[in-house]
Amino acid sequence: MAAYIIRRVFGALVLLLVVSAVTFAIFFLVPRLGGQTATQLATQYVGKDANPESIAAIKKNLGFDQPIYIQYWDYIKGLFVGADYKFGPDATHCSAPCFGYSFKSHVEVWPQLTQRIPVSFSLAVGAAVIWLIFGVTTGVISALRKGKPVDRISMFIALAGVSLPIFFTGQIINVLFIYQWPIWDSTDYVPFTQNPGEWAWHLFLPWVSLAFLFSATYARLTRAGMLETMSEDYIRTARAKGLRESTVVVKHGLRATLTPIVTIFGIDFGTLIGTAVLTETVFSLQGIGAYSIQAIRDNDLPIVMAVTLVAAFFIVFSNLVVDLVYAAIDPRVRYS
Amino acid sequence: MSKLEKAALGEPATDVAAPSDAQDAFLSVRDLRIHFNTDDGLVKSVDGVSFDVRRGQTLGIVGESGSGKSVTSLGVMGLHRAANATVSGEVWLDGQELIGADPDEVRRLRGRKMAMIFQDPLSAMHPYYKVGTQIVEAYRVHNKVSKKVARTRAIEMLDRVGIPEPAKRIDGYPHEFSGGMRQRAMIAMALVNNPELLIADEPTTALDVTVQAQILDLIRDLQKEFGSAVIMITHDLGVVAEIADDVLVMYGGRCVERGPVGEIFDQPQHPYTWGLLGSMPRIDRDTADRLIPVKGSPPSLINVPSGCAFHPRCPYADLPKGNVTRTVRPELEQVEGGHWSACHLSAEDRTRIWTEEIAPKL
Amino acid sequence: MSETNKTDAVEDAAGKAAIPQQASAPEGGSAEREVLLRVTGLTKHFPIKKGLLQRQVGAVKAVDGIDFEVRKGETLGVVGESGCGKSTMGRVITRLQDPTSGTIEFEGRDITRLSTGKMRPMRRDVQMIFQDPYGSLNPRHTIGSIVSAPFRLQGVEPEGGVKKEVQRLLELVGLNPEHYNRYPHEFSGGQRQRIGIARALALKPKLVVADEPVSALDVSIQAQVVNLMDDLQEELGLTYVIIAHDLSVVRHVSDRIAVMYLGKIVELADRNSLYEAPMHPYTKALMSAVPVPDPKRRGTKSERILLRGDVPSPIAPPSGCRFHTRCWKATEICKTTEPQLLELKPGQRVACHHPENFADQAPQDTVLLTAAKEASELVGEAVLEESAETSAAVAAEVAAAEPAEAAEEASVEAEVSEAELETAEEPESEEPEATAEAPETDSQESTDK
Repeated sequence: MAAYIIRRVFGALVLLLVVSAVTFAIFFLVPRLGGQTATQLATQYVGKDANPESIAAIKKNLGFDQPIYIQYWDYIKGLFVGADYKFGPDATHCSAPCFGYSFKSHVEVWPQLTQRIPVSFSLAVGAAVIWLIFGVTTGVISALRKGKPVDRISMFIALAGVSLPIFFTGQIINVLFIYQWPIWDSTDYVPFTQNPGEWAWHLFLPWVSLAFLFSATYARLTRAGMLETMSEDYIRTARAKGLRESTVVVKHGLRATLTPIVTIFGIDFGTLIGTAVLTETVFSLQGIGAYSIQAIRDNDLPIVMAVTLVAAFFIVFSNLVVDLVYAAIDPRVRYS
Repeated sequence: MSKLEKAALGEPATDVAAPSDAQDAFLSVRDLRIHFNTDDGLVKSVDGVSFDVRRGQTLGIVGESGSGKSVTSLGVMGLHRAANATVSGEVWLDGQELIGADPDEVRRLRGRKMAMIFQDPLSAMHPYYKVGTQIVEAYRVHNKVSKKVARTRAIEMLDRVGIPEPAKRIDGYPHEFSGGMRQRAMIAMALVNNPELLIADEPTTALDVTVQAQILDLIRDLQKEFGSAVIMITHDLGVVAEIADDVLVMYGGRCVERGPVGEIFDQPQHPYTWGLLGSMPRIDRDTADRLIPVKGSPPSLINVPSGCAFHPRCPYADLPKGNVTRTVRPELEQVEGGHWSACHLSAEDRTRIWTEEIAPKL
Repeated sequence: MSETNKTDAVEDAAGKAAIPQQASAPEGGSAEREVLLRVTGLTKHFPIKKGLLQRQVGAVKAVDGIDFEVRKGETLGVVGESGCGKSTMGRVITRLQDPTSGTIEFEGRDITRLSTGKMRPMRRDVQMIFQDPYGSLNPRHTIGSIVSAPFRLQGVEPEGGVKKEVQRLLELVGLNPEHYNRYPHEFSGGQRQRIGIARALALKPKLVVADEPVSALDVSIQAQVVNLMDDLQEELGLTYVIIAHDLSVVRHVSDRIAVMYLGKIVELADRNSLYEAPMHPYTKALMSAVPVPDPKRRGTKSERILLRGDVPSPIAPPSGCRFHTRCWKATEICKTTEPQLLELKPGQRVACHHPENFADQAPQDTVLLTAAKEASELVGEAVLEESAETSAAVAAEVAAAEPAEAAEEASVEAEVSEAELETAEEPESEEPEATAEAPETDSQESTDK
């Protein structure tokens, strides 16, 4: 087991390294290959009042005159030991982990991210709790009432949930509960540490709209899984033992159905942290998804690069957790 | 319910070709029908089956896939749970009627008074729970005891069915057991509440012969020890010859022949039984000649052939006068004693065909 | 319905299509026949990888050194319990899997290491039939396209066109040729197995390896398919290797039979010799375990040998004779020296130190054998172990002796000791090994795993 964990962690690190190299190449190598010179690249960072000296300074400070692998090495080194950026007269120290320095907004990237990651994380956690409860419950009920009106109605709603994009449902919710009946005065983010109640209340609408989308998928997954599980031989055995039907469904049926769902959940959750762009935009939340959109619009490469890495980290990490958890929930899987 | 009452209630059923000794039967099934309403049509999985099993006796139910043998046993257990199933007939277990009974009442009997073991112990045990946990669960549904007491009981049962180091193996998962050990654990689970009726649905089909021999021996020993009634469902006439006292041969959802095991093998009265015997290669004989298969395939349970369901495959279907095999469904008729057969052939024809044509070739 | 007129169809096809290359397989005469397939020292190990660097820490020795040959026109049956390596053996001899070592010669030509390209022409001659008639047919292809696939893959254009040939094949196996455009799900299990057989026969193979061809079928259908395979063998002069766990089926179809246990052949003999006088204790136990469809034989329980416990793991098979952990005749030499597969009687090869129905192959050990058996009768397993251990010194000497030589030297002596051995048994039991079937056998299993 230990060897397995070490191997998986090692694999995850390698994967992150590859992701960073590819991302770096896309943002810094591809423009070069496309014919942009180091000077042109540097020009982007100077802004309007560019003059040859400042461009040259930036070019040197940012290492644009260096070969690409040196630049990449510097970037990776910055992540672990920090880096110094000289910009104009000032020298800025960017302490580790240094995800670069945005010359567009003149800030270090990492502190920006640390402000935004909790927002995205809170959004994902709350939504996940809601969609797991609703999605799985609906799925189980549908499966047990297969073909009955309950099943048909909930599967119709699920189909709608899957089909309707978040900017539609989100806007509807926005319009209804903030403008039409202003039950919510604001959906601004309040840190959990500051006021858990406010935190949950303010995030409730984004949670619901995000969870609606995912509940639908999970209801369908659970229903399909439950239908399969409930026809298994061991369910018949459980009934033959004289167990109550509720015990059969929950302890024997749901237990087996949940295993693959946990896997999918892990991946969904990890992915969602960096990619809930639409929800964050619709509800004006300052999460990393929205942040990355802004950065892309501004062509602010260090930020885009940093967000990509952070998002990749969450995905890889949650995948790793899922794999390890899997061994715990399915005794047939034993890593050796 | 008193014996008298039971006999009285059992009375009307006897004209559905009931065996003689219904009174002392522990399980009496009368005219059991289980039909499933599907998109393709009405599937008559079981279509009027009656039998009795006494304590300490073993009934072997033989048939091919789709003959209704498994559904019959699930019907007895009340496990034919599909929403599209309609069940009729009577199932008397120790004087209590089950078909019309409250489902929760039947549930309380399952696992306590009647238990079941299945063909494939790997898929029949829950993969995520330890073997011990599953046995403990089976014990605690019907006995209000602590987990610790139940665990002791589970270890005792595992030991009884011949699992080495039961105190250690109790914490193993089903996939960590070999096929034979798994089936033993399954039997331990079924017997944990000392059920008086044990239904074994192809318990050895998925096992190797040497393990099969062990398991059959175990079932036989346990039956002797507890005096329980056993229903052994199988397609293997060898297993039946080995373990059954009475045999019920099923075809197309109905019983075509029923009787004491000796008579079924010595004096089989139904062409389908002949076909089964002729299809089997024998390990104890050198059959250099060809096997005598039954032509064609088992019938669809949606479109069961008219008249005798076996007539399209029966080589003697044209022997009885007229069109009777194609139009009239033969009812079980007494051959002698407890031996019954549902066939239009005259008794003389059957005896002649068996002694002159079939028996010499086996 | 096509199955109802199966016999006619086959006879029909026999008349117009099949050219009988060889008369029906006579028994006994197989020794003079030409060898079609020869397997020498065949092994197939599946590596087990472990740890941080995925080093190989062991191997599942599925097939671990087997030799046999298959002669033209005969049927070799291969039996054994699950995990004995019989299916792997089938896949290796058809080169669906590569052997770890050993050689496979087909018609005198070494095909062990032939590349995929060079194997292609060989594939015509060697075909396989699988157990699962459901899993081995692509549900999206019509029967016509399934049966004609071998022609396409081999680039063969049969006389009269593919469609005609396929219809001929369907008729040959007793299916309605008009069902050419149907899909597998429209057929019953038995019919699907016929389709599998038609596909295997498309290229007129010389050798057909059938892995459990009838075990998924109902009894009445099983007999139809067994008869069909019989007929086809006669008509087309086919050679079969039939792998099955059902000893009754194997007895019916085979001319010679190989019994496998844990990756080894323990006995290889003509059908009659094997079933009438099995020499390996495992063969004997295996056969005695098969339930006989004759209720009158019930109660003659003494005939049954109940093997204890399970088959050991093929990752770490027992030392010496692999069967010694479950064998009631095992002595010290069985734990230390692996018995060779020797032809002890004409047409009967056995790998055992203490064969049944024959002079003992390790006669010095029979002293131990009788002692051990007496002990096991009296007190049971624990003493058996002990008594075996105390005589370990004697056994060590014995182990050094080459079993084959020893057999010749001391065959007279051995007969004497076997007679002693029999008198040591309970007088009423005919079979010496009846004692293995003690009432407490079930609980005794705890002693060996």
